[in-house]
Amino acid sequence: MTALGKTTRPILPRAPGAPVYLDYQATTPCDPRVVEAMLPWFTEKFGNPHSRNHRYGWEAEEAVEKAREQVADIIGADAKEVIFTSGATESNNLAIKGVAHFYKEKKNHIVTVVTEHKCVLDTCRYLEQEGFSVTYLPVKTDGLIDMAELEAAITDQTVIVSVMAVNNEIGVIQPLAEIGALCRKKGAFFHTDCAQAVGKIPLDVNAMNIDLMSISGHKLYGPKGIGALYVRRRPRVRLVPLITGGGQERGMRSGTLSTPLCVGFGEACAIAKAEMGAENERLMGLRNRLLGGLKQRLPEIYVNGDLDHRIPGNLNISFAFVEGEGLMMGVKDLAVSSGSACTSASLEPSYVLRALGVDVEMAHTSLRFGLGRFTTDEDIDFAIDHIVEAVEHLRAMSPLWDMHLEGVDLKSIEWAEH
Amino acid sequence: MAYSDKVIDHYEHPRNVGALDKDDSAVGTGLVGAPACGDVMKLQIKVSAEGIIEDAKFKTFGCGSAIASSSLVTEWVKGKTLDEAASIKNTDIAQELALPPVKIHCSVLAEDAIKAAIADYKKKSG
Repeated sequence: MTALGKTTRPILPRAPGAPVYLDYQATTPCDPRVVEAMLPWFTEKFGNPHSRNHRYGWEAEEAVEKAREQVADIIGADAKEVIFTSGATESNNLAIKGVAHFYKEKKNHIVTVVTEHKCVLDTCRYLEQEGFSVTYLPVKTDGLIDMAELEAAITDQTVIVSVMAVNNEIGVIQPLAEIGALCRKKGAFFHTDCAQAVGKIPLDVNAMNIDLMSISGHKLYGPKGIGALYVRRRPRVRLVPLITGGGQERGMRSGTLSTPLCVGFGEACAIAKAEMGAENERLMGLRNRLLGGLKQRLPEIYVNGDLDHRIPGNLNISFAFVEGEGLMMGVKDLAVSSGSACTSASLEPSYVLRALGVDVEMAHTSLRFGLGRFTTDEDIDFAIDHIVEAVEHLRAMSPLWDMHLEGVDLKSIEWAEH
Repeated sequence: MAYSDKVIDHYEHPRNVGALDKDDSAVGTGLVGAPACGDVMKLQIKVSAEGIIEDAKFKTFGCGSAIASSSLVTEWVKGKTLDEAASIKNTDIAQELALPPVKIHCSVLAEDAIKAAIADYKKKSG
């Protein structure tokens, strides 16, 4: 163990019988230090941060502005460039629709990527109905975009390029600095959904030429229900607001700010910034332990997405011949996610894995493991044992595993698809 | 997804997992579904000289509902005649397991597996 024992990382006790939480890409618990910072702002310091007439308001405003600085600080921005929103979904909507609508008389083309979060893809689909044209870039088998393809996609009609920093399913990190430089050169705004990236990888809006950035509070141990949009001031990015009203947040997002949520979000950013280096090192150790342990004991498992260009807290693995939801039920003492179609209302497995070219069969067998601030060595060892046991049990019940052992090529069989 | 206790019970304690000798003329094997769809069921029946299903085994690649559906039908077909087994409907399976609507598909697969196993047996026994 390196410096980890000495960090102030608190321990979050698990309720008796509760599953081990390995789904940090879905959400994170609020850090107890964050909760502590928030508490006074619910009760005795309850003022409206927009009330200019008395001390309650001033005090709340000061707290909100401090939080805004903390959020700006973790991305190398100026506090004036940070707009509070309800979360990354709203931020992504505001960034893309807002810019598209503002500049629609001049430009009408948008570039994004097929592996983006649904809220970006759906926003783009919505704009297509309004008459915008959208290019959905493919990704390579490692999950990363091809810079030459991006360059070819950007035209003089392209108003905005939206590429997420870290993918929520496979944790791969896109080359933000290169994308930013290219967009700047081509005169298109660069928006990046950084919900999974802030606090996990170093970010600098100036060095990376990022014009708009979406951030989520609850993905970095802050409260749910708050996020932010970074909007560059020089060169200035203008947008049409989604929510109009009292003109708060420089007119870009009206509505009374929630002081406790802002304070918690700011505190979460400050903690993440201070601890990112040591925490990433610790998480890398845990991830290697998990992957190593599984690989040692289970044949026929495959990591989805590039392992090097990836945040340390993510692993996405296909367990061949075992269906993902079936496996998830088998590891009921672990809280994980599956890319399997059987967990969803649609019958298609993860579109992200499909975009990497993962076979549809393999996409049905994937689990996503999200490791985070409160994950321990013991959690990982427990997870390994639990997963190995479940996979072996289910493979023993799997007709495909039998065929594999008999040397039958599953692709040679004419399946009765239904 | 919140499952019924019966689905969870069959998932955690699957009945009749295993294989029968597929070359035995008294055994019918049904293999339905596709890996690309996320579920494959193999259902085998062993039929007595009197035409009664005296044993059944399954192996399933699939979600909890698929495993539960196949486990349930192995219990249901045992002791039945081929005609009785063939009359088992997916709606009976879905109702017994209280499958959520998106999982009705698993019960359809289980019904198909029974029919496929019976057809295989009949083909073999001429």
